[in-house]
Amino acid sequence: MASKFTVSNRTGWLMAGPAVLLIAGFVILPFLLAIALSFTNQRLVSPNPTEFVGLANYRQLLGVATLTLDPLRDDAGAVVVKDGAPEYPSLRSLTRNNPDRPDLAGMREWFSFSLGGESRTYVLARDVVFMKAIVNTFIFVLVVAPVQAGLALGLALLINQRLRGINVFRAIYFMPVVVSIVVVSLLWRLIYDGDSGLLNNLLGAISFGLIPPVDWLGNPSTALGSIIAMSIWQAVGFHMVIWLSGLQTISPTLYEAAAIEGASKWQVFRYITWPGLRNTAVLILIVITMQAFGLFAQIDVMTNGGPLDSTQTIVFQAIERGYGKQDISGGSAISVILFVIVLSISLMQRWLTREKT
Amino acid sequence: MAMIAADNRGLRLATRYAVLVLIAVIFVFPLVFMVMSSFKPDQQLLQDASNLRAFLPVGDISLQNYTAAFQRAPVATFVFNSVFVTGVTVILSLLLCSAAGFAFVFVNWKGRGVLLSLLLATLIVPFETIAIPLLLLASKLPWIGLDGLTWGWLNSYRVQIVPFIADGLTVFLFVQYFKDLPGELIEAARVEGASWFQIYRRIVMPLSGPILATAAILKFLVMYNQYLWPLMVTQEEGYRPVMVGLQYFFQLNVAWGEVMAYLSMITVPVLAFYLYLQKAFIASIASTGVKG
Repeated sequence: MASKFTVSNRTGWLMAGPAVLLIAGFVILPFLLAIALSFTNQRLVSPNPTEFVGLANYRQLLGVATLTLDPLRDDAGAVVVKDGAPEYPSLRSLTRNNPDRPDLAGMREWFSFSLGGESRTYVLARDVVFMKAIVNTFIFVLVVAPVQAGLALGLALLINQRLRGINVFRAIYFMPVVVSIVVVSLLWRLIYDGDSGLLNNLLGAISFGLIPPVDWLGNPSTALGSIIAMSIWQAVGFHMVIWLSGLQTISPTLYEAAAIEGASKWQVFRYITWPGLRNTAVLILIVITMQAFGLFAQIDVMTNGGPLDSTQTIVFQAIERGYGKQDISGGSAISVILFVIVLSISLMQRWLTREKT
Repeated sequence: MAMIAADNRGLRLATRYAVLVLIAVIFVFPLVFMVMSSFKPDQQLLQDASNLRAFLPVGDISLQNYTAAFQRAPVATFVFNSVFVTGVTVILSLLLCSAAGFAFVFVNWKGRGVLLSLLLATLIVPFETIAIPLLLLASKLPWIGLDGLTWGWLNSYRVQIVPFIADGLTVFLFVQYFKDLPGELIEAARVEGASWFQIYRRIVMPLSGPILATAAILKFLVMYNQYLWPLMVTQEEGYRPVMVGLQYFFQLNVAWGEVMAYLSMITVPVLAFYLYLQKAFIASIASTGVKG
């Protein structure tokens, strides 16, 4: 439409201007601010002027170090054993006011391991909680993305059959999507409850009491898994619908041809359905990944990051710092780290799933 | 032989439905549990959780929990705030984003290509990564109101509305939809001497029913279910929406009956609305998938 009748700079700016300005002011500006503030010591309210601090926030968040220690030996040269395990020099002596190791000052033990032999390797982090938050968030994404995408595809294939009343089932499977995740989280707290929770009662009933009740959210080894299961339950209908719209773009003539050729169900899926869903698959993976990295409400309502930091997440940490402790610069640095992670992962997904020519 | 084959088909059909129903139960049971529990006193609610009575309206049934919920928190205020904030945002969003989409597709102007790519680029910025700097920004923005010039937007309706009126996805959805409309029609109208506003108002908007519904539904879901943002910017009870109001129910001694009553009150109307407009809801989610 390059016609001279459609040229109008004034109309263009007048009509697009308001929306563009709002997006510039409330999405692009804060995004740039996040980057800028992460190099300062900005607080929400502060009597002191804001100062440039360089990479200090990032160093504080991401500082890690490894340390390999030999066990303590007594005067005779034998390894000191305490409670059946060799004893190692205390880390505190190295991380607290030790003039020889200023690089370790303020660090705490994250985890340690032993690669055979007597020495033990310690991994120290300046901010252990944030490290745990990163790990938990990655576990969440790595489980949720494939499982949710796979289940959603299964449901979409199920719903794509020609059966009387199939639309009723589609409507039901989609229902949790319109319910707020905050409501869902609070509701599932009672389902996961350790004493009178529905889940424990159900498991007890079907196993005739063999499965003992579990405090699903109060136990560090089950809390994150419980939140993962619930999150998938809530959001799977969303991606089912996107798969469905992908399925409906595949030409029926392909299926007819396959039926004439006598293809098996698996062959039909492998050679017709799946290739037809390529673009949908890429989109769904990227969307789920982006949504999953934003994990916050479930944590805030269900566990507050506990027990023992087993459900800390990147966004929960960003909010706790930026809002809870009013440390805008620290929260901004976490936001930037999150953005870099999300961006690199979606670029990677795009690259891995590119059309191979 | 024929009879056996027919029986087999019947059996296969029955299995299919059995699978469908079983999965449906998984998706529905927490919601049924929520509504049924909202009518029961706490003690009975927890006892019933051990058997199928959890999903039935049996025993000591009353609206007691609902009355108690209203006493515990200013529920009516929360509901009003949510409806007001959501409603105003949806309407303004439809107006501004459809106008922007119109300008990007039908009008030739300098800068439209660059600006459109910029808007599309914002789609990869998750809200969580801008929430903290946005909080700082909101605490410092000026506003001219009845009491003259004031600074800071915290504890207001505008802080919950203005940042969410325009977003890349909504503009993008309008752009996609308008591209499929016959452009010759718009050009012909221009040749005939119609003003841009007339074209927008009299030609394009009447053809845009489906996309307006889609954009409205997506915005409605996002706004009504907002949690993180209002949590940070509304410390005053008077401005809090329903999802933040939940905090009154789960922080100290949780009274599950009241919790369930409150959850039902803020969820059931949305579910009813969804079931009523089911096709449009599902179509709107599906349309977010076309960008692939």
